[in-house]
Amino acid sequence: MKNITSLLHASYILLFGLIFSVNVNAQTDPLIEKVAQKLALVNDYVAEGTMKTDVSFIKASLGKVKIYFKKPNLLKVKKEGGISLLPRGGVSLTINTLLNTKGYTAIPVGTQILNGKNVRVIKLIPNDDNLDWVISTLWIDPVEALVYKTATTTKESGSYEITMQYGAYAQQGLASKIIFSFNTKDYKLPNGITLEFGDDEPVSKQKALKNKKGTIEITYNKYTINKGIPNNIF
Amino acid sequence: MWSLIKVELYKIFSRPRTYIAFGAIAALIVVIHLGLKIDGDSYASFLMKDINDTLTVDGKVLNGYLICYILLQLLLVHVPLLVALIAADMISGEANLGTLRLLFTTPYSRTSWVFAKFIAASIYTILLLIWLAFLALFVSMWIFGTDDLFLMKSNYVVLIEQNDVLWRYVGAFVFASFSLLTVTSLGFLLSSLSNNSIGPIVGTMSAIVFFTILSTLNIPLFTIVKPYLFTTHMNNWKEFFDIQVNSNNEAIKGSILNIPKIKTSLVVLTLHIILFVSASIIIIKKKDILS
Repeated sequence: MKNITSLLHASYILLFGLIFSVNVNAQTDPLIEKVAQKLALVNDYVAEGTMKTDVSFIKASLGKVKIYFKKPNLLKVKKEGGISLLPRGGVSLTINTLLNTKGYTAIPVGTQILNGKNVRVIKLIPNDDNLDWVISTLWIDPVEALVYKTATTTKESGSYEITMQYGAYAQQGLASKIIFSFNTKDYKLPNGITLEFGDDEPVSKQKALKNKKGTIEITYNKYTINKGIPNNIF
Repeated sequence: MWSLIKVELYKIFSRPRTYIAFGAIAALIVVIHLGLKIDGDSYASFLMKDINDTLTVDGKVLNGYLICYILLQLLLVHVPLLVALIAADMISGEANLGTLRLLFTTPYSRTSWVFAKFIAASIYTILLLIWLAFLALFVSMWIFGTDDLFLMKSNYVVLIEQNDVLWRYVGAFVFASFSLLTVTSLGFLLSSLSNNSIGPIVGTMSAIVFFTILSTLNIPLFTIVKPYLFTTHMNNWKEFFDIQVNSNNEAIKGSILNIPKIKTSLVVLTLHIILFVSASIIIIKKKDILS
């Protein structure tokens, strides 16, 4: 679990945390500030949900997960017994942490229709060249001040998208569902290692398993907000 | 019949060579357990190299269930050779010693004796398999604990929840018993043809090696005969560990991907057993006992 936590921390720092950092040279956007104010209402939460892994070369069933968050950027995902798979490069399960550190330049690039909603698109460019992410685009509903989608390009972990849906906890800016899309690399183990001699899959089927996007979906059933979480959880 | 079986079991278990197989299996498993206990994480990292490029895997991947699978992959190929040591000696050993003549002068029919010998050899085979299951599954679970079964196949990965694993092993071991009984019956058949033990034992081992190679070679010429070779079907215990997915690519708990393949293999193996044992009976009934 330490790996996940550190990855998730890293992802937050890379994706969101530093984006919104206070910097004398940073150019902020009033809409992002509005989003940040909404998310600032949440000091910590424990969320329960189900995680679905959809990667072409992986057969996995739905798993129950618990997600722990505490300001400023502590985050942990625990699967209730069992092995969990998360995208390398981190999953931004919540955007709460985006308020905690800042360091970006925000460039408004107009409006778009996203799933029937009129959203504003804002590109963020990090001020620090040493950060892993290169550019991030946010699709934000200006009325609700909710981030519905992010698309981030990183130096090491490729590009990925996070799509969010909101429900009962929209007031606090907490998503009811997050879909994390990422590019998967080819998977192949030599038969000499797997000892699967003589039962090769047809080439057509092998090709079908390659070059596809993977998604991790987390559907949140319940949030317990601002009840306090001990640090030893993380 | 039971008294004949008891006699045959006594003969089997009074020979030191019987215990070679039990000892060999125990030694191999202990060595593999030791290796994985000391350096299992490196092994797991090596296996998951491709996965780790894309995903972070969290949990106890190298647990008792995965280790049992690895052990079965390694050992179920070689255990048939150990089975041959006993099965291929059942009739030819007696012929070599000259005691077969004495057996067949008893009031029991030759068919009864052949059946008794085959059942005794089968009991030995099953006990060997139970020993393998005990060491490979239960001892592995005890040493390495349990978690989901994260199975890395050549082209894809199967993640089976831990409460969905044990029954698959029961199925796999039952299937493996059919595989090993096929080898037992083959050794038994060759044993009925010979008056010394070396020939049938080496013959059985050679047949297993020969057919296994044919089964594993992906040459179009051999694909025609593959479905008829018992060695092709012996490895299909692995089918218990492949799982169906629905249209959303969610694994369906409790499912098996290819049940017809398992059924076909069981039928083919059963037919081989019936064929080999029947042939043994016919051969023995017609055989002149000259030794």
